[in-house]
Amino acid sequence: MNPTRRGLLLGSAAMFSLGGASLSVRAAESDNRFVLVFLRGAMDGLNVVEPYGDPNLKIWRPNLVLPEPGQPKGLADLGGFWGLHPSLKSMHALFAANDLLPIQCVAGPDRSRSHFQGQDMMEIGAETRMTSGWLNRIAALLPANPNCDTAFNMGATSPLVLHGPTTTTTWDPFHPRPRVSAGYYDNIVAMHANDPLIGPKLADGLRERHYIDRVLSSTSYDGISPGFPRLARAAARMLAAPDGPRLAELELGGWDTHAAQAPLLGDTLKILDDGIAVLRAGLGDVWSKTAILVLTEFGRTVRVNGANGTDHGTGTAAFLAGGAIAGGRVVVDWPGLKQNQLFEDRDLQPTLDIRAVAKGVLGPHFGLSADKLATVFPGSERIEPKAGLLKA
Amino acid sequence: MHRFGWIRQESCEPLQGLDQVNGFSFNLVTTDDMLICMTDMALHAVRRFGFGRRGSEALPDDVHGWLRSQLDAPDPLLGRPGPTMLNTALVARRFAEAQKAKEPLPGGFSGLFTEEMTASLQYAVSTDLPLRERLVWFWANHFTVSARGGPWSFGLNGTYVHEAIRPHVTGRFADMVKAVMRHPAMLDYLDNTHSIGPDSPIGLKQHRGINENLARESLELHTLGIQAGYTQRDVIAYAGMLSGRMMNTEGASPGFVYRADAHEPGPETVFGHTFPDGLEGSEDALEWIADHPATRRHIANQLVQHFVADVPPPKCVERLEAVLRDTGGDLKAAMLAIIDMPEAWQPLTKFRAPAEYIIAVQRALDLPFEPGPGLLDATNDLGQPFRNPLLPNGWPDTAADWVAGEPLLKRADWAMTQALRPNAPSADAVASATLGELYSSTTRAAVTQCPNRTEALATLFASPEFLRR
Repeated sequence: MNPTRRGLLLGSAAMFSLGGASLSVRAAESDNRFVLVFLRGAMDGLNVVEPYGDPNLKIWRPNLVLPEPGQPKGLADLGGFWGLHPSLKSMHALFAANDLLPIQCVAGPDRSRSHFQGQDMMEIGAETRMTSGWLNRIAALLPANPNCDTAFNMGATSPLVLHGPTTTTTWDPFHPRPRVSAGYYDNIVAMHANDPLIGPKLADGLRERHYIDRVLSSTSYDGISPGFPRLARAAARMLAAPDGPRLAELELGGWDTHAAQAPLLGDTLKILDDGIAVLRAGLGDVWSKTAILVLTEFGRTVRVNGANGTDHGTGTAAFLAGGAIAGGRVVVDWPGLKQNQLFEDRDLQPTLDIRAVAKGVLGPHFGLSADKLATVFPGSERIEPKAGLLKA
Repeated sequence: MHRFGWIRQESCEPLQGLDQVNGFSFNLVTTDDMLICMTDMALHAVRRFGFGRRGSEALPDDVHGWLRSQLDAPDPLLGRPGPTMLNTALVARRFAEAQKAKEPLPGGFSGLFTEEMTASLQYAVSTDLPLRERLVWFWANHFTVSARGGPWSFGLNGTYVHEAIRPHVTGRFADMVKAVMRHPAMLDYLDNTHSIGPDSPIGLKQHRGINENLARESLELHTLGIQAGYTQRDVIAYAGMLSGRMMNTEGASPGFVYRADAHEPGPETVFGHTFPDGLEGSEDALEWIADHPATRRHIANQLVQHFVADVPPPKCVERLEAVLRDTGGDLKAAMLAIIDMPEAWQPLTKFRAPAEYIIAVQRALDLPFEPGPGLLDATNDLGQPFRNPLLPNGWPDTAADWVAGEPLLKRADWAMTQALRPNAPSADAVASATLGELYSSTTRAAVTQCPNRTEALATLFASPEFLRR
């Protein structure tokens, strides 16, 4: 759709807004899907979205640099200068289809280089500590769903980014459940019926469980690796349901490559790539309404260490993916890799705040005003949402 | 009508928010038979101040005396060799050496953590001094070091609780604060090991600065509380005083180390009070802060919330503040005061958090421990990974924080797995052993209509009464 066409549509919606036509815009926005993929452990973005065109790269990390595009086991080209790690085959296909947007030199609000602190602040989405995460605060702004919570994570425990006053669901489709008789849960719910605190929550919980069981029933995991890809498969099923949840969180560890980075990173990227491909396939028609944000807490040192690894750094890469994303290019304000261009003489200099990316996607994707976005990312007023991240 | 046979209703302050917490009436039937009442009082004591009754263990005749004696008794775990920093450091060294030599890796911190935490959970199931252990849990949560803080928070967690928390739960609050603030686990968890006074020799040479994380959390979470009204300048000054408190992981006696060359020099003023320079000056500051009226109010509020009700009755908080003031922060005196509060004897006003629910079920079952990390896994499955909370403020302590649909269903799932264990007792036996007169007709009906004894027991474990203490 070209900009003019979109403008016309927006104009017509505005024209009828008094008559209630704006509701259709709202319905479309609330039909959109958002997935956060949190890469825990600090991914070395410089080795994943690699600036092969920068001559300094080889100086700092001669034994980590990947062969240039076209060579055996070489980078997959991202339009010159930039190359994508060869493990990310499916993601490169998405790039070619304009559905993947690599973003380079991003960082969250924290500069501590501590996993714990970095992940916390990335999940809180602010420069000072709060007791809720930003995905929870978005969930609070979206319409409630009678079937299930608006936001969920696929996994065993609930992450900080989903923590907060709005209830969210933690779902592990592979956690075994005991065999019980047909009436076991109904009987328990009935036993709590007169309990004003537990009663309604338990009844809602059972309704949601029945709903999710129905959505996930007959899900095939054939040919999909255990772990992250299978969780992505289940998440895609949930998000593809027309009356299901809208926000999902998935996570993948294995990025803390202090030693022997090349094989470790290649393997972990392959798992990420599988998971993204599974999401693409499983989301089906709603892929066009989907935005996926892939991020990590911070990057790694530009210099390689004595163990063929890298240590905790700052600037790193992130990805946006999905049919809603204006991909097929690299978003970067390249600071360079000369010694005086490094952050504190060691790290990739961050030139884009991850909150600018998140706001730039979430604002238009869910029709959230600047005021609403300010409640999601408090204290980020001076960080302008990045424009043009979504397809026009 | 008297609510309890042993307490005159008039002496009991009405509890705010109680109706919301207590879905339906748990009131005891008034009776002239004081024996029944004493039994129910004892059952309340083991639920509220302990982790619930273990099997059909003997109940004390003198309930108050039983609670008091636990505070007098020495902690048996302190009389045994406990986890040490040296052990953790050796695990780390062996791991690093094997990694370097490209040899098969031995168990790292993860195995150590699993082993120590499983032992802690099993101790809570088996202890005869449950009030003392509950205090250990309460203070370990108040002074949270979460395993998610990184390798040392993981590897030193057992040592931390053993050395900094356990010895002080019936001692002076200030002594616990001082132990916490020089323990490597806390210094690492809240980044004090990275805090360098900018005007210290190291700071001047390396152009490094203060990390204010520990200082801020110490004031906000551990002592004064956010309501106290301290400023950013106080936090910075306090962080300057704390700078130089670090950890040493090398050599034969790894542990706390004070690095004078990383300490921000000069006296500092916090909250209008000036303290001398150096480690001793900062110890004075910890003493002063620990006994500050805002600190007393903060910890009194939390203790009352833990042992009395989600919305702490102001009268109880005031009473506790006065005890802390008059005794110089004696935590044993504080606990004795709580035991003497009639408000603390209203049954089932507190919702069991997942970890304490797990312990209560284990105690009720009274079966031999299964090998493996089952209890630790259960804390993960039920949403309260043991000693691994999301944030430095630890786990929340009110029903509203824990009551949610899917997590409650997970309790019902897990209860079923436990009811399936060989030689599990009957629902009737557990109900009469743990609930006594509080076993409601609604729950009894739900339990009775279960198709088999396993589901009957699991249903009892999922009942409103058993979910509370």
